[in-house]
Amino acid sequence: MSLTLEQVRRVAHLARIEISDAEAQTTLGHLNGIFTLIEAMQAVDTKGVEPMAHAQDVAQRLREDRAVEADQRAAFQAVAPETENGLYLVPKVIE
Amino acid sequence: MNIWEVVIGIETHAQLATHSKIFSGASTAFGADPNTQACAVDLALPGVLPVLNRGAVECAIRFGLAIGAEVAQKSVFARKNYFYPDLPKGYQISQFELPVVVGGQLAIQVGDTEKIVNLTRAHLEEDAGKSLHEDFHGKSGIDLNRAGTPLLEIVTEPDMCSAAEAVAYAKALHALVRWIGICDGNMQEGSFRCDANVSVRRPGQPLGTRREIKNLNSFRFMQQAIDYEIQWQIAEIEDGRAIQQATVLFDPDTGETRMMRSKEDAHDYRYFPDPDLLPLIISPEWIERTRSAMPELPAAKKQRFIADYGLSAYDAAALTSSLEVADFYEAAVAIAGKQSAKPCANWVMVDLAARLNKEGLELSGSPVSAAQLGGLLARVADNTISNNIAKKVFDALWAGDGGDGAGAADVIIEKQGLKQITDSSAIEALIDEVLAANAAMVAEFKAGKEKAFNALVGQAMKATKGKANPQQVNELLKKKLA
Repeated sequence: MSLTLEQVRRVAHLARIEISDAEAQTTLGHLNGIFTLIEAMQAVDTKGVEPMAHAQDVAQRLREDRAVEADQRAAFQAVAPETENGLYLVPKVIE
Repeated sequence: MNIWEVVIGIETHAQLATHSKIFSGASTAFGADPNTQACAVDLALPGVLPVLNRGAVECAIRFGLAIGAEVAQKSVFARKNYFYPDLPKGYQISQFELPVVVGGQLAIQVGDTEKIVNLTRAHLEEDAGKSLHEDFHGKSGIDLNRAGTPLLEIVTEPDMCSAAEAVAYAKALHALVRWIGICDGNMQEGSFRCDANVSVRRPGQPLGTRREIKNLNSFRFMQQAIDYEIQWQIAEIEDGRAIQQATVLFDPDTGETRMMRSKEDAHDYRYFPDPDLLPLIISPEWIERTRSAMPELPAAKKQRFIADYGLSAYDAAALTSSLEVADFYEAAVAIAGKQSAKPCANWVMVDLAARLNKEGLELSGSPVSAAQLGGLLARVADNTISNNIAKKVFDALWAGDGGDGAGAADVIIEKQGLKQITDSSAIEALIDEVLAANAAMVAEFKAGKEKAFNALVGQAMKATKGKANPQQVNELLKKKLA
């Protein structure tokens, strides 16, 4: 399969990446190259092979349920662009 | 033909009662100063990695066992991608293809009928932060204390067919998650919030297009929102307009639902397995260990109350509506004795509940303890006091008289001299006085006025200060007047 320019623009929009027409064209070429690779891999017979959710076949380690983090708000907010009353300020968002 | 079928499915986000967040060691306590409980992981600072909280998994296992579901031996965390300022990573860690809990059922009671609601799945995920839209010089304020709080999203099949059923399900689920201790159920604080998927169709037709009502945070709003939505959809279709798939919000002020976003601008979440997290493996031993630590569940307790205490299904259901009520009731019966099981049920559900309601108190804050109530009802059972006097003693217990524990009622009965008079000669003496003082009434009765008899009983009861058995007074008075 190969992608259309429209699909590339849509993926870019979903990722909030602004791309020019020229960039979209270049990216289309790159992505289609990747799809060619995937097609080649799909020729391998994987019948009866369970898909893996992670490259390593190991289980998730668990953490005990304890609150151990100290408040570091001052340190974190020192590098934030804008804060007020302990809040991070961002451009107005109302859905 | 004006017959419509309603189809409803519910998704619930239950905030899990853990101390720390699902993927970080920050506290989940409610009400802290903004961003004081948002650590580097919650803020998605570069280089951080999530580590799964064992307590959150344990909650999911408990829930799965409580609804008779399959607890997946292997489940996988996925990234749900979208952009919003209260989601610093640009994705929410959730579960998609392989959730931790699969299937299960919950019995609901609607009026006199019991119905089974089938569950599709329940999965673990993290909550987002909060956006505050008050004016910060034209900007929004972000509080990330809630970001990373563990949630269990519980999804039903489209099994409900009225607002009443949807509310009954939400209430049953609310009671269950509190019962098994995985969620505090505080709806004002957002610990338990429901989304309802509603559609209508003609009988026998395929499912209609659904609209999703988001963030219902009270049972009353849920009822109102679904009722409004059903009528709105029917009116649209009858007017010849097709329903468009959409997400809507309920406005409690107008009682209406309004569109938040249509299908066209619906999110495209591009789920994929989160490479930062390995598959969650739950061993059969862990499940069995959890099973053995589970409390008796509401349905089982209800059956036991019916079998052991001879309660009606209605009473048993009411007394198992929450673990607090059930425990209080059983503690009271343990002291009052099994023969008082039915009066105990009445006292807990009627007298005590009414008083708590009047004073705006929860059962946990009741001034009368289960032991005190049990001690009181034991004295009714052994005829030390009448049920009427018991109400008086109850008031005294409420006021804090008599001290703590099962003996409190005895102290009050003794101090106030409330013991029932059973000695008939003592009662007869009092009746004689009453008859002598009310010669006119006696004459009326003898002239055939039945009403005068009741008045005389009243006077006699008054003379005994309510401490005589009314039945006994009645009989003795009849004998005297014969």
